[in-house]
Amino acid sequence: MSAPIRMATVLLICLTTIFAVGPVGAQHGRDTPPAGVGAQPSGADPTAESVTESELLNEIGKLQGRVTIPDGKAAILVQPQGRTYQSFHERWLPWIGAVVILGMAIALAVFYLINGRIPFGARPSGRTIVRFNRLERFNHWMTAASFIVLAITGLNYVFGKRLLFPLIGPDAFATWSQWAKFAHNAFAFPFMLGIVIMAIVWLRDNLPDRYDWPWLRSFGGFVSGEHPPAGRFNAGQKLIFWSVVLGGLALSASGLVMLFPFALVDINGMQVAQYVHAFSAVALIAIILAHIYIGTIGMVGAFEAMESGRVDIEWARTHHSAWIPPDDPDLPERTGARVPAE
Amino acid sequence: MARVKFLCDADRCIECNACVTACKNEHDVPWGINRRRVITLRDGRPGERSVSMACMHCTEAPCAAVCPVDCFYTTADAIVLHSKELCIGCGYCFYACPFGAPQYPRLGNFGSRGKMDKCTYCAGGPLPASTEAEYRNYGRNRIAEGKLPLCAEMCSTKSLLAGDGEVIAQIYKERVLQRGYGSGAWGWQTAYRETIVT
Repeated sequence: MSAPIRMATVLLICLTTIFAVGPVGAQHGRDTPPAGVGAQPSGADPTAESVTESELLNEIGKLQGRVTIPDGKAAILVQPQGRTYQSFHERWLPWIGAVVILGMAIALAVFYLINGRIPFGARPSGRTIVRFNRLERFNHWMTAASFIVLAITGLNYVFGKRLLFPLIGPDAFATWSQWAKFAHNAFAFPFMLGIVIMAIVWLRDNLPDRYDWPWLRSFGGFVSGEHPPAGRFNAGQKLIFWSVVLGGLALSASGLVMLFPFALVDINGMQVAQYVHAFSAVALIAIILAHIYIGTIGMVGAFEAMESGRVDIEWARTHHSAWIPPDDPDLPERTGARVPAE
Repeated sequence: MARVKFLCDADRCIECNACVTACKNEHDVPWGINRRRVITLRDGRPGERSVSMACMHCTEAPCAAVCPVDCFYTTADAIVLHSKELCIGCGYCFYACPFGAPQYPRLGNFGSRGKMDKCTYCAGGPLPASTEAEYRNYGRNRIAEGKLPLCAEMCSTKSLLAGDGEVIAQIYKERVLQRGYGSGAWGWQTAYRETIVT
């Protein structure tokens, strides 16, 4: 046999075999489905091995895959944590915020009605002493002004639509909220700077000392009218300092995460940042309300300390006896005549 | 009035991305914004599965709830829409959305996201229907023309279904009954707090 004929024969045999066997194989697949899937008319479940939603949700709590677009965030199919964020933001936060902040305001009002202003506690000598230098005062007011703007614009995110929106309508409220958002983002920076400077210049005088515990135990003498000894800062002021520094730190860290969304964390991280930010903000607003109260109407002579930076030497001796000892005869470098407010 | 929904039959999705392309083209969606996308789970491994996802137009929509300026509204068909006029670009809706639907024209550093954009179920926005202004801001208003969302309309395998929730659930049930398997309505429990019992 010549080569072409031999090849044709082989080919013919091959084709015959394929046609003879092929249908039989197909028939086999159709007629005898694997055991246990009798209810399925088309045979075995081709998706038996496929992932299911509940499986994946149980595994990692959300469904994450691959997308063909550059936006990595789009690769998350379902994150039920969004519903958690929803109930936090709409059910828990407004109540917690209202109760804590209004609760503090009411508590301060009650305290004022019962105790009135805390008196000067000494006979003014007319001689004053520097309590806060220029840097300390400037930094205090920079942080304070930023905080007030941040607090108002921040509260607007939660309470604005509940309180202000019904009064001024959707368009005016959206315009105000847009500017409030810009302000919130911008004033974050002087606030963060202020917290850093504050932490540096006041850290030393805010470390715990032996006067703190007795001071706290007698509640600072607010009720009894006595004056427990204290250093430059008493335990109450130290608590304010540490609240501001630690609260400010939590606010700054979570705020920076929000200023650069998805730069460091994923969607759930962004939600946690909001939880941290909201709770520390509510707490700090309440604490600062108390601070503002005691620094203005709550106590005679307190405001001048941060206004002009000078306090009467007798006031200092009474309230901060460990800072300016009562028996210290003269303080030549630090004392001087009362100066007008700067 | 019907309660419209989306339903992606994941057993039928072949990840052709035609729904994504159709959406982009129909609404002239800018670069970087994806109102719809196809996500592949377990890519390249046994049990791989693709699901097309956009805004699900949720029941008690989380986006609408958390919006600080209340810019969302729900139509009589339960389509969740929003006003770009009022949106301040705070990003809360993205954190609340279980489906990653809200999109923003910019990266968002220093609060610079711009106005949010998302799937409108081809129902436009608060501006007068089928006007140039509505098209520019929200895309084509097919619902006003009596048509359903284009992504589902042109799905080659009819994996993506859109329309009255009861009707598409029935279609899906019949499918599952006929072919003998079905992986369920993806995202329905989270979006509508109910699922299709087959």
